[in-house]
Amino acid sequence: MPYAFLAPAAVIIVLFRLLPIVAALGLSFFDASFGKIRAFVGLAQYSELFGDPAFWRSAGNTLWFVLGCVPLSVASSLFFALLLRKGVAGLGFYRTTYFLPVVTSFVAVSMVWKLIFHTRVGLANSVLAGLGIEPLQWLDEPTGIFQLAVAGLGWDLPAWAHGPSLALVCVILVSVWRGIGYNVVIFLAGLQSIPEHYYEAARIDGAGRVGIFRNVTWPLLTPTTFYVVVMTMILSFQVFAPIYLMTGPPIGGPLGTTNVIVYYLFDEGFGAGGNMGYASAVALVLFAVILVLTLFQRKVVEKRVHYA
Amino acid sequence: MHEAVLGLRRNWAVHALLIVGALSFVIPFYWMIGTSLKGGAELFETPPTWFPRSLEFGNYPEAWNTVPFPRYFANTIFVAVSIVLGVVVTSGLSAFAFAFFRFRGREGIFNGFLSTMMVPEPVYIISSYVLLYHLPGGGRDGWIDDYSALIVPWLAHVFSIFLLRQHFLSFPRDLVDAAVIDGCSPVRFLFVIVLPLSKAALTTVCLFTFINTWNSFLWPLVVTNSDTIRPIQVGLAYFAQEQGTEHGLMMAAAVFSIAPLLVAYFFAQKQIIASLTHTGLKG
Repeated sequence: MPYAFLAPAAVIIVLFRLLPIVAALGLSFFDASFGKIRAFVGLAQYSELFGDPAFWRSAGNTLWFVLGCVPLSVASSLFFALLLRKGVAGLGFYRTTYFLPVVTSFVAVSMVWKLIFHTRVGLANSVLAGLGIEPLQWLDEPTGIFQLAVAGLGWDLPAWAHGPSLALVCVILVSVWRGIGYNVVIFLAGLQSIPEHYYEAARIDGAGRVGIFRNVTWPLLTPTTFYVVVMTMILSFQVFAPIYLMTGPPIGGPLGTTNVIVYYLFDEGFGAGGNMGYASAVALVLFAVILVLTLFQRKVVEKRVHYA
Repeated sequence: MHEAVLGLRRNWAVHALLIVGALSFVIPFYWMIGTSLKGGAELFETPPTWFPRSLEFGNYPEAWNTVPFPRYFANTIFVAVSIVLGVVVTSGLSAFAFAFFRFRGREGIFNGFLSTMMVPEPVYIISSYVLLYHLPGGGRDGWIDDYSALIVPWLAHVFSIFLLRQHFLSFPRDLVDAAVIDGCSPVRFLFVIVLPLSKAALTTVCLFTFINTWNSFLWPLVVTNSDTIRPIQVGLAYFAQEQGTEHGLMMAAAVFSIAPLLVAYFFAQKQIIASLTHTGLKG
């Protein structure tokens, strides 16, 4: 009897989750294209992949994307959550507003931000002009932001120190913007679960605002912070839609500085080359990274994180 | 007195910061709507105008008729409603089994389901394509470019099973025992007792399934080729690529593509926020 209740979900999950996951691993050992499997090549595609500069460039861009998104998103959403914690008047209004981009599709969001960053008719450059600053190339700018920052001083950094391109930073900002409302709600729930008597005790002991944050709020909030950090990280590794819609043409431009790992595997697998086996190998590498993060989260949450 | 004044001043500072934040979330939406209402020449002015000089609504019908947006909407609604119904049925049934029955392999199967949640969509998108390509039925390319590819793989959702199971486990044991003693059949127990007591959890499942399906992009981009089955997000993305310089048309299309969800959001913000933050989002 229970198996009959289980069957509909089990059929779908086995056929469309488990099977494709196993097949992805299998496919990465084959030279395959649009439904045609040509030859077994063993680990050759993995060694090809690790020797491919295009793969490393997209991996590097993805890493910059994650390194940009996680601290920006966590810091800004914690900041707004702390402001909202005291139950300020209008909490509902602010929460509704901050959450607005979360229910909006990334496609529509990317389209309007692409227009805002438009070099000629965009809002961003018109704000800069109002402040008396030279216009920037935004999504068309392949130069790294660290190099851009010191270019005015006449300095030339070595190539490895240029940092992510301004174009990639624009996409980072849009992704952070879209996700803040979500993280604010998670942080608010975490803050509200800290018992009020800890705060009372700290105040009686004469702790100031900074002391209370350092010794009460921050340590008791670690499980929430940890959750937000890891979730934001895992989602950032999978960024696709804003890259697809905001950058280029060609997508991943300018000069390949916004080509991230998921776009790279999409383009390899479904582009003109149709290297589905090779793209599966890329997918497996991505999975390995995300799996390590997931397992790391579980271990740390079990052992080190303080529970209130 | 001093304390009160300080508190009030601090309150103003807090509100000032929060309002700056709120503006940063609202202005892009304002920009979207504002641009959609601008006429020909005004769209190309540098610097751009904050307020359209005259309200031109012509972009809306033009965008609506340039590509088959009505068809895209119909496709999205058909796919989303099918998936919501399917997820409610499959998750409800399996969560019921996990929560109220003892059977061989219960924990193993449950953990097997949960483990699939660790694998993100981009990892299996290529192998899924190959699989769907080879499935019988559908059109020339198997299930590719067919409604079945948009719907069937999403008819079960592991997190929904998890959520409903948690909810079912919170039912008092006495309730179950009483039902068993009274000779209530499992099916009757499910429909007469369990489901009516689970309206909130089922609403959560319906809302996030609908919103995630409405906004999903990568999957439909990969499995659709033709206008007749393309859902709204993919249609909008192609429209943006083809009409890249027609900013008025693009923003009009963006506005009507997000309008249905935003209207729903203003009527049910609390439920929608709770539903999405319960479950995690897809990019």
